[in-house]
Amino acid sequence: MASYKPVVVQSFPKLGEKITQDTLYWKNYKTPVQIKEFGAVNKIDFSPIPPHNYAVTASSRIHIYGRYSQEPIKTFSRFKDAAYCATYRDDGRLLVAGSEEGVVRLFDISGRAALRQFDGHTKAVHVVDFLSDKYRIFSGADDYTSKLWDIPSATEIVSYSEHTDYVRCGCTSKLNTDLFVTGGRYVKVWDILKGGQLLVSLKNHHKTVTCLCLSSSGQRLLSGSLDRHVKVYSTTSYKVVHSFDYAASILSLALAPEDETIVVGMTNGVLNVRHRKHEESKERFPKKKRPGYRTFVKGRNYMPKQEDFFVSKPVRSHLKKYDKLLKSFQVSKALDVVLEARNRTPEITVAVMQELNRRGTLKNALAGRDETQLSILLAFLIRYVVEPRFAPMLIKVAEMIIDIYLPVVGQSAVIDKQFLRLQEIIEKEIDYQAELLEVLGMMDALFATMTRKKATSLEENKTHGILRVPEQATSN
Amino acid sequence: MVAQQPLRVVRCGGSKLSGARAAFSADAKYLLCASGDYVKVYSTATEECVHILQGHTNLVTGIQLNPQNHMQLYSCSLDGTIKLWDFTDGILIKTFVVGYKLFAFYTLAGSEDSVFVIIPKKNEDSLDSFQLVSVKLPKTPDQEVEAKELSLILDDIGQSPKCTAFGREGEYVASVRGLHLLVYFFKKKKVNRFPLSATSRKGANNYFTCVACHPKEDCIASGHKDGKIRLWRNFNHKREYTFSTLHWHHDVVMDLAFSVEGTSLLSGGVESVLVQWRDGSDCKKEFLPRLGSTIEHISASPDGTFYCTSHTENKITIINSNLSVSAVIQGLVKGSDVKTGLVVDPRTKALVLNGKPGHLQFYCLQTDKQLYNLDIVQQEYIHQIGLNQVDLVKVAFSAQGSWLATVEQREEKETELELQMKLWNYDEQTQSFTLNTRINNPHEDHVTALCFRDTDELEDGTPTLVTAGNDGRFKVWVLVDDSDSEKRSMGWSCDFVGSYHNYPATNCCFSEDGSLLAVSFEETVTVWNSDTWDLICTFCHPPGRIQNLCFGRLSCSKYLLGTTDNGFLCCWNLLSCALEWSAQLNVMVLQPDPLSENIAAVSRLSEGSDLFVFKPNEPRPFCIQRNVCRERVQWAVFIPKDVPESIGSEKHQWLSRSQLYFLTETQDLLTFSTKSTEERLTPSSKQLAVEESLPMTPFYLLLGKHRHQQRSKENADLGTAVVQSHLAQDSPAIKELLHTPAHVLPSASFLCSIFINSMLISKENKSAGEVVDEVEMDSEKAEDESDEDLELTEMEQDINPTEFLGEITQTKLSKSQEKQLRKIRRMDYSWVAAL
Repeated sequence: MASYKPVVVQSFPKLGEKITQDTLYWKNYKTPVQIKEFGAVNKIDFSPIPPHNYAVTASSRIHIYGRYSQEPIKTFSRFKDAAYCATYRDDGRLLVAGSEEGVVRLFDISGRAALRQFDGHTKAVHVVDFLSDKYRIFSGADDYTSKLWDIPSATEIVSYSEHTDYVRCGCTSKLNTDLFVTGGRYVKVWDILKGGQLLVSLKNHHKTVTCLCLSSSGQRLLSGSLDRHVKVYSTTSYKVVHSFDYAASILSLALAPEDETIVVGMTNGVLNVRHRKHEESKERFPKKKRPGYRTFVKGRNYMPKQEDFFVSKPVRSHLKKYDKLLKSFQVSKALDVVLEARNRTPEITVAVMQELNRRGTLKNALAGRDETQLSILLAFLIRYVVEPRFAPMLIKVAEMIIDIYLPVVGQSAVIDKQFLRLQEIIEKEIDYQAELLEVLGMMDALFATMTRKKATSLEENKTHGILRVPEQATSN
Repeated sequence: MVAQQPLRVVRCGGSKLSGARAAFSADAKYLLCASGDYVKVYSTATEECVHILQGHTNLVTGIQLNPQNHMQLYSCSLDGTIKLWDFTDGILIKTFVVGYKLFAFYTLAGSEDSVFVIIPKKNEDSLDSFQLVSVKLPKTPDQEVEAKELSLILDDIGQSPKCTAFGREGEYVASVRGLHLLVYFFKKKKVNRFPLSATSRKGANNYFTCVACHPKEDCIASGHKDGKIRLWRNFNHKREYTFSTLHWHHDVVMDLAFSVEGTSLLSGGVESVLVQWRDGSDCKKEFLPRLGSTIEHISASPDGTFYCTSHTENKITIINSNLSVSAVIQGLVKGSDVKTGLVVDPRTKALVLNGKPGHLQFYCLQTDKQLYNLDIVQQEYIHQIGLNQVDLVKVAFSAQGSWLATVEQREEKETELELQMKLWNYDEQTQSFTLNTRINNPHEDHVTALCFRDTDELEDGTPTLVTAGNDGRFKVWVLVDDSDSEKRSMGWSCDFVGSYHNYPATNCCFSEDGSLLAVSFEETVTVWNSDTWDLICTFCHPPGRIQNLCFGRLSCSKYLLGTTDNGFLCCWNLLSCALEWSAQLNVMVLQPDPLSENIAAVSRLSEGSDLFVFKPNEPRPFCIQRNVCRERVQWAVFIPKDVPESIGSEKHQWLSRSQLYFLTETQDLLTFSTKSTEERLTPSSKQLAVEESLPMTPFYLLLGKHRHQQRSKENADLGTAVVQSHLAQDSPAIKELLHTPAHVLPSASFLCSIFINSMLISKENKSAGEVVDEVEMDSEKAEDESDEDLELTEMEQDINPTEFLGEITQTKLSKSQEKQLRKIRRMDYSWVAAL
């Protein structure tokens, strides 16, 4: 005959982001290491050769950090004022940096003093970079000029003065067809080979985008912004696949080769370093000894012969503890069991309450509780009564509890406190709902003016189309 | 074909199986149960219906085996007759006319010539009192006998057959009514009356509901309204009687039965749990839970191998004596209210409607059998009176049957409504529906209508569902693909919400090609474009709330039909956006035929429902059928036929491709038929089917082999005789001989010569007859072979010669046959003489 049907626990659609391959990849970083710098971090650059040290430009110093050390390996502090844009050469042995005083300096990684010093700019140099032939340096400054320098002779080769504003950003050609440009809140992608055709404009940040970075595979683009988010885009679909939150506005961002490390510099001078987790760390724990494969298949692969008499084994269904209790009609105990679960799974608790209500025994299950049991119940209510997916059921439970325990109110201080807290929460929720309804009314008026041309009242709702009805107040 | 046959209304789906206690045959091979005006004979092993005993003209209220002859069955009915049947052959033997309405029937082994019945006092129904009388059955050879010798035994008793029981060897009879237990002793002719107080301090409700007597001891068990069972002993003393109480049921005890030896007592009630009490003690009890629905009757087989329980949901469960379910006989489940209406499953062409609580039943109308139950609510059903259960209210299938939408609701108070819509996908692999999407509260108020867009699912059109609700909105749900890179998943989500001046939406339907959606809002019909969801036009010609709405089909697809509650049937032309015609007709049900332009409307005037069948392009109906039934028709549906039937009459042509079924207020499923009563399967062939399908137990293998060998030998001898009898089957004399009951036949010596003469085959017509006969024999041979396939391989060697022999006789019918005939003539004489 039919067997016992377990309680149906309603599953609600998960709000927030969905778990995709990307979220798993980008979440697989260790807890960040925070390093305090002297000022806002304006540039981070990874050395292209292993062990991939990175140069951090902050205030008047350039720090070079190793992969795992939180102390700088090396510091270049020969700047009178703020340093800008410390960049490695392709071979990782030279480092060039601009500065507020208009001087471009070239350092050897192993040395301390500057190898070369290029004077010529009259104002702060914000952009410096090596050209692809390794022997020339490009720089852009606030004096509306950008210059090319020869490294061996330390002389200026050419100076471009076509710019009419500060040169703050620049890029040397590295045979990349797409060019990413940030401007204000947008990230725009242009195709150079097609003669500067705009490919896409990304509007995912609501404040100025300050830095861009490609992942090592070239499949993902990262953008950091003053709105304290780093977003990861897919370069095929240009959709956001993941985003990181940070504590302060982001000025600079760098990604180590193979995406091993994400380093983010912020306006408050904090350097945030995240290292990738590695799988092998898990395998250090010895595996638990499990019974062998043969234990499980024993007798399973036996083919019955013609004359065998087949006795089928009844399938045993494993019921949850609350289901077992509900099956034997022990309603109070079933409710206790689901309340004990430490609020991990409120869906189950509410589902059991719903089941009890359907059976008409909810009141019996709620009644006859002592102080501790009641306080667990009330704590659950206080926590979840305003959650919209549980509200209809929990409001009913709250009403019942108030009905049942009204005569004994005032006998226990703990319970009284919880009742007051419940009342407070519900009053607050009613206020919220009233406010929301006001907003809704305003929006309706706006929409009505927009669709006035049509004779009928059309209401398009792309989502669920259900408004939250203000919950009825229950208070004692 | 049939000439101008009148259209007849035919009842289908069978009647209630649980009207009276079922009875087992002596060997527990057959189960006999009353079903409406019929008695049905089921095989306990195969659940197959073997015979239907027809003859009563009113409800059968009691059936009981004849204690003198175990192959005979008594049945009594409200038509005032007691009939005696031979249930193995399905033949009526005798009818006793009593002349009163008979409510219950009892026989005793001891009293050979009299039976006991419960009749109303002074033959008045209004009087709520009944009496138990014994009826003397006269021993006359006539088929129909008047039995007028009644003698009163007990007065003022309950009407239900469960309230009276006969005790050990018929020494006493116990009857309960209200708060009294009456015991009448036949020998002493004395009545003992044991009263109980109505209620006790503990809130007990002591009203009696049923009674049973121990077969071996002086012990009476009585069931009470509060779920108690009392075991009464020592009741031949007025004062020193004792009783013990057994209490497990929390609600009314519906029926009680003792096992044959009396060692255990069975009880059942609303909880639908069969409880077995051993030795009448409170601690030794066993349970068989979750039998489906309220147990109405319990009976035990005379050989002690089976019990059976009859349930309210039109089901009989046969239970082994170790409390395991052995077989289930399930009829069409008729609940109190069919909320879902009648729906056709496009895949199986089965009728789909509410079944067990929370289930959908798929009922095959061709075979009159339930196909399966689909559990929609998927919750444990608590059997308790007065509990608010989840109701299944709306069902819709997509055109190809790959999607099923259901709406269930549970209404606690006016304001608290739990609604849930579920969408089920048909799984080809498991051949059943699997839950795809569950939507909580699709509307804020009751869902009034539900329909799928009938697009070809092979084309690009995404499956689309529209729901209309009392909250003044209609919602469009579409199947969306929310699968990502690793997991493929499809789900339904809301695409559009529409409303019209916030009037409650009452009906919705799609046009045949799915391009238009019509939604009625109280008195207005709105038509929407189903691509852009723009409102195209509105119709509100005659004021009145719209009750039914449907589009015309095929050539009439430009018409939209609607009915109003103030008695109008309107037809709008969608091309001109104007009313084409309207008729004053109080239409209850409007149902379009999916295969033709025809639309059936059932209207109700003062009393009696009339059926009109029309095409929307002309206001004149081409078929009017007055007074199809007396009650209100609630739902109707056209079910497509597998093969189009050729119907001679022009007027009934509309029935050729699909059949109209309708359901009345009293839950009767009716349909129309142009044929005369269909020939049922001949009882003998049915019986054969049962014999064959007996299970192969080890015991059967031991004994059956032996018997088969014997039989095959007999066949070898008589093989020719079998063939001959087949040849002569169509002779009227033989027919008469075989089909009249044995007790009305004249003496054997008189019949003998006619019989033998009819067996002879005249030489002239031999060649003509041969061709026809050969076909018949071939089919029989095939049957023989299939029969023998079941047997073991060794035996086939034994049989083969006989088969061979049979073949010879079949092919050479001339000389050898005559020889055989002579042989038979000799044999037959000896056989007849033995009679």
